[in-house]
Parts: sequence; C-alpha cells; structure tokens
Amino acid sequence: MKKISGAYAFIEALRCEGVRHVFGFPGGAVLDIFDAIMDADDIEFILSRHEQGAVHAADGYARASGDVGVCLVTSGPGATNTVTGIATAYMDSIPMVVFTGQVPTHLIGNDAFQEADIVGITRPCTKHNYLVKNISDLGRVIKEAFYIARTGRSGPVLVDLPKDVMKDTISFKYPDKVEMESYCPTYKGHPGQIKRIVSLILKSKKPVIYAGGGVVHANASKELADFAHRMSLPITTTLMGLGAFPSGDPLSLGMLGMHGTYAANMAVTHTDCLVAIGSRFDDRVTGKIDEFAPKAKIIHIDIDPTSISKNVKVDLPVVGDCKMVLQGMLSQIKEGNDEVKTLNKSIKPWLKRIDTWKREQPLRYSKGTAIKPQYVIEMIDRLTPDNTIISTEVGQNQMWTAQFYKFKEPRLFLTSGGLGTMGYGFPAAIGAQVAFPDRTVIDIAGDGSIQMNIQELATVVQYKLPVKVMILNNGYLGMVRQWQALFYKKRYSHTSLEVSPDYIKLAEAYGAVGIRVNEPSQVEDAIKQALSIKGPVFVDFIVEPEEDVYPMVPAGAPINNMLLV
Amino acid sequence: MRHAISVLVDNQAGVLSRVIGLFSGRGFNIESLSVAPTLDPTKSKMVITTSGNEQVLEQIKKQLNKLINVIKVIDYMGKEFVEREMILVKVKAKEETRAEVLRIADIFRAKVVDVSSNSYTLALTGDKGKLEGFIEILNPIGIIDFIRTGTVIMEREMHGRRKL
Ligand SMILES: Cc1ncc(C[n+]2csc(CCOP(=O)(O)OP(=O)(O)O)c2C)c(N)n1
Ligand SMILES: [Mg+2]
Repeated sequence: MKKISGAYAFIEALRCEGVRHVFGFPGGAVLDIFDAIMDADDIEFILSRHEQGAVHAADGYARASGDVGVCLVTSGPGATNTVTGIATAYMDSIPMVVFTGQVPTHLIGNDAFQEADIVGITRPCTKHNYLVKNISDLGRVIKEAFYIARTGRSGPVLVDLPKDVMKDTISFKYPDKVEMESYCPTYKGHPGQIKRIVSLILKSKKPVIYAGGGVVHANASKELADFAHRMSLPITTTLMGLGAFPSGDPLSLGMLGMHGTYAANMAVTHTDCLVAIGSRFDDRVTGKIDEFAPKAKIIHIDIDPTSISKNVKVDLPVVGDCKMVLQGMLSQIKEGNDEVKTLNKSIKPWLKRIDTWKREQPLRYSKGTAIKPQYVIEMIDRLTPDNTIISTEVGQNQMWTAQFYKFKEPRLFLTSGGLGTMGYGFPAAIGAQVAFPDRTVIDIAGDGSIQMNIQELATVVQYKLPVKVMILNNGYLGMVRQWQALFYKKRYSHTSLEVSPDYIKLAEAYGAVGIRVNEPSQVEDAIKQALSIKGPVFVDFIVEPEEDVYPMVPAGAPINNMLLV
Repeated sequence: MRHAISVLVDNQAGVLSRVIGLFSGRGFNIESLSVAPTLDPTKSKMVITTSGNEQVLEQIKKQLNKLINVIKVIDYMGKEFVEREMILVKVKAKEETRAEVLRIADIFRAKVVDVSSNSYTLALTGDKGKLEGFIEILNPIGIIDFIRTGTVIMEREMHGRRKL
C-alpha cells in the first residue's frame, strides 16, 4: 500500500466518517493538515474568525442536522479558544469532534511555543479526549472519537494531533470496526421496567410528561407524540426539549421551570405521575428540589445512568434510548384497549384543570409605546416558515424566544441551555445555515451577547450565508439587570451597555445589510424586508429597555411560586 | 459510610487524572487511593476508599463507569473481602523507650526496617483499624513521621474454602 502522511490520513479518516464540512482556524501546528485540506474537494472548510465561533458553528451544525460537528484548530491559543464551545456542547450533549494541533511529540511538556495541555484542560468538559502520540494510532483514535461522540449520550470528543505525527507517514487503512471493551452504552430499556412504566401511568389520575433534549437527540419526537396522543397525556418540555412536541398541540403545556408557563409549573406541582423522558432535573427546571413534583411517583427514562437519581429520587428508572423505550411503551398499549380507554376517561378532570390554568394565566405581556421584545418574536414566528431554524443568545432574548416562538418540530431551536453561553447564537446559526443552505436561519440576539462573537460577520459575508440576526436591543445585559431589579433593589451595577456600536454601520462595514427599527409599527415590515434579502442581515430592534421576563420563579423557590406579570 | 471500591482501568497515561478529576470536580471525597498494573499489564487496578450516603455512592460508581477508560467498578460493601494496607512509621527511640517500641512492634507483628541512634522505622501491614491502633499506641512515645500506602482489597474466594 502507498504510504501517506498523517495529514492526508487525517483527511481520509474524515472522508470515511462522511464528514462534508469542517469549521476551524489555522496556525503553525496544523499547517500540514491545512495543506492537505486544499486537496480535499469533497470537504468544505469554513474559516471562522475566532476559534470559539468555529466550535459553536460545529455545534449548531450538529444540533440542526443530527450529524457530528467537526472542528479543526491550531495548538496553544487556538486550542484554548475552543474551551467555551466544547463546554457548551458538553452540557447539552452535542455530538462533536474537535481536532487540535499540538507541538511535536518531543517538545510536549517543554513549554514549547504555543503549547497547551489541551487534553488536560478539556478533560472535565469532553465526553472523552485523546492525544495521538503515534501515527499507528491515528485511524483507531479518530474512529473511536466519532463513535463516542455520536453514540450513547452524545457529546464532544477532542483529539490532539502533534505536528510530527501529521508529518509522519503510514500505509493507512481506516478501521471499519471499533473495539472498546470499556464503552458500550445501553439502548434497549429493560422490558420489565417498560411494562411497569405503562401500568403506573395507566393507574395514575394526573400524569404529566416532562420531556427534554434527550428526545431530540434520540429522534424520538414521533414516538413521543404517538404515546402522548394515545394516552392523552399532557406534555411539558425543557428548554432543550422545545420542538420535541409541537407547540400548539392541545396537550402541550410549553416549557417548565424558572421561566416556564404557569400551566406547566402547576401541572408538575400537582401531578401524581411525572414521566421524565430524556431530561435531567436541572436546577433551572426543578426550582426548590424538595418541593418539585411533591405528590408524584417519578418515572425516568434516560440513556445516561448517571442522570438517574442524581438530583431527585426516582421511583421507576429505565436506562435506554428514548426512542427505543418509547417504542417499547407504545407496543404495550393498543388504541381502544380497555385500560387506555379508562385512562382517557379518568384523565379528563385533570386535563380540564390544566386548561383552566392555561386560560387563566397564559404567557402575556403588556403593550406599550416602545417596541416590546415579545412582540418582535411573535412577529418573527408569524412571518417565518415552519422549518425555520432559530438560534438564540443568552439572557432575556433566549427566554422570550423559548416562550413566544412556537416550535413545531425538533432541531429548529438552537440554544445554549446547560452552560448558558453568551455569544453562542450567531456562530451556531452559521453552522445551521451551512447544514441547510436553503432554509431560513435566524439568530435572536441580545445587544450584549451579539458582541461576544460579532467577528463572525466576516464569515457569513465570505461564505454568503444568509443568516438573519435580530437584535433585541434593550441597552442592557437585560437578564442580569432583571435580577438586580427584583433582588438587588434596582442597583444596576455594570449592566447598562452605555456604549454600543451602530449595528447598521457595523453590518455595512463587513458588507452585510443593517436595518434599524424604532417603532412598533415598523416591526412587521422590517422582518419581511430582512427575510426577503438574500444575504446576511442585522436587524437592530430598539426595544423597551426595562422589560422583564415573566413568569419567573425566584432562585431556590418551588416552581409553583411564580412571579407573574 | 466507608466504602472500598476497586476500579479496573486501561493502563494508559492520563487515566488516573480522569478518575481523580471526577472526584474533585464532583465534590466526592477520596480517603485513600492505590493504583498499580494488574496481571494483564494493559490494565491497572485502583482501589479507592471513599465515603458518602447511599445516593452519593451510587453516583460515584455510575460516574466512574461512565469514564471511557474504566472497565469495571466493584464496590466491596456487603461482600466478603480481604483488605490490607501498609504503613512505615518512624518513631523516636531514646534510651528509655527503645525496648518499649520493640515490644509494641512485636505485639503488632511489625518489622523494624531501619534503625538509628534515636529512631526506629517500623513497617506494618494490616487493615485500617490495625494501622490506626498502631499509630495510637506509638503516638505517646513520639512519632516523627509516617506514610501509608492506601488500602488494597481483594474479594475472598468463597467456593470450597473455609473462611480464614
Ligand atoms: C459568556 C457569558 N458571560 C456572562 C453571562 C451572564 N449573563 C447571562 S444573561 C446576561 C445578559 C445578556 O445580555 P444581552 O445579550 O443583552 O441579553 P438580554 O438579557 O438583554 O436579552 C449575562 C451577562 C453569560 N451567560 N455568558
Ligand atoms: Mg440586552
């Protein structure tokens, strides 16, 4: 067999994994790989303007498409710049492989130029990571990296590639199998437990499903909807689960938790049977943990055994893939089955009570003379097609999007849930647009967050990615200001963004289009105009500066203890 | 509750730090740790003694199992096992106490491994209780320093054998 360099072997490995897009940024340690990439016509490389942007883009690509996102950066500062992006993906279980350059093996540990122990640094925020010390390990490591990233509870994997290994040569054959004694995720749930789940639900009077990102990762939305409809079970989802069940379905309660809907939080507080599916009892969901679903038997379906009974004691756990477990549950219940009929009937008073909560306390906001940020989102919802991909930044913009944009399908809502990373949304939208060049992709941004990866404007212009950025410009780090208003006597310590760029000029400086909107009456036309433009657009909505997100559960309070508008 | 957990891992660079990082990152406590290669030199075994309530122990075991390089986790709680640890103790041995130190060493079946004009260094193996008893008895005489290896543990073979 012909010998090829490590760099060419690396490209060959990507090809074998079906990788078509790589996001990244070059540097000394990865010169060989970048040289080899020039010859790979079948792999498109997207040059970000900051490594954090590249990782978030790979993340957005993965969330939107379900494929593994791939990222390539240089050693030292290039590698350390990826850490926030990796931690973001880790917290939200996003399949991703990040390749970092490294100094030559004989210099490792010598404080060489642009050396960083990135494997050590990212150990706690990757699912697994590798340093490839020998070219003979290269194929196996890359194979394992992709396998680990996409299987089980998916997550980011980092592979560190020393420069000399990329220069070394090998008769390269990419392995066709992974053999790992120590890693074998459980997919099939225990059949006995699955039976017990169904009979527990059948016996309940006030059941609620609490579905999370795991349903999206497992592509189990259809099974979830079938199960809920057949049993007439109401569903609330987490932030990460939005879209897993269509918003607008009569059984949908919207999001639960700190900024969840009144109906969702009340339903969870009063339920006698909480069915957690692919969700992990995050503190932003549970509020005061001792008073979370206090009357309920708790069922928990999750692919990660460590999620089970981590925060709350679970009565009926099943470790397995959400899709396979839901299929198992569906096979236990036939429509028209007597027990199901009985449940459909006995659940009616509960559904009625939920409807009353929905009707009495819907999500709402007061109208004013200034533009209301919630109104902007309602308008975006109304004017965009159903398959529009929406990313957000972090803060109020994120919560209002979660509340007011009606996601009907999974993989349309890209947001940093676990880590809450400002600066995530814009590069994530870039990744999604690369995956789906023909769809509408929008980043709903805050004026604080957008500045954290604003440099990626150059990327969207260079690659003609028609991402639309809708800035809810309130002049504040709004979510922090809201906490200061509510819990720190309105002492706005360093949350006012007294200087901000002129976003119109800024967009134009990069060669994009900028639109400013000052009046509520202009909102609709501005969105229409932005959507009609073929290239990237920044729309700067000057919104009510001190609007707050409601409902809100104060930190540490039980979730039925909501501050309402 | 004190638990001794053995963790079979790939014998590779960085694996120890993954395990330790897990404990520190998640606020689990490590009382002692010992690690060395096994009969199969591609694997190492660690023995970690730790404590926590039932829920914490469950998490520790699950989190360990989740690490890619961890092959097997055994909690010895509720099992029949033999447990040993070794200690080296350097103890003051002046004219008036030399005989006393040797007598204590004899009672515990410790070995004298080093002698100087004013100290003895004693080596003792045993379980945690025995080692701590040894330290307690020697303390009034004057311990200069000691070092412990951490616990090692092995399940008893129960088939066709009498309990020792
Ligand atoms: C990188 C990072 N730094 C700090 C925070 C803390 N934080 C959470 S929300 C927020 C305010 C965000 O402001 P903006 O983007 O304007 O959004 P708004 O809440 O005003 O919609 C801050 C500072 C964070 N989430 N991420
Ligand atoms: Mg703001």
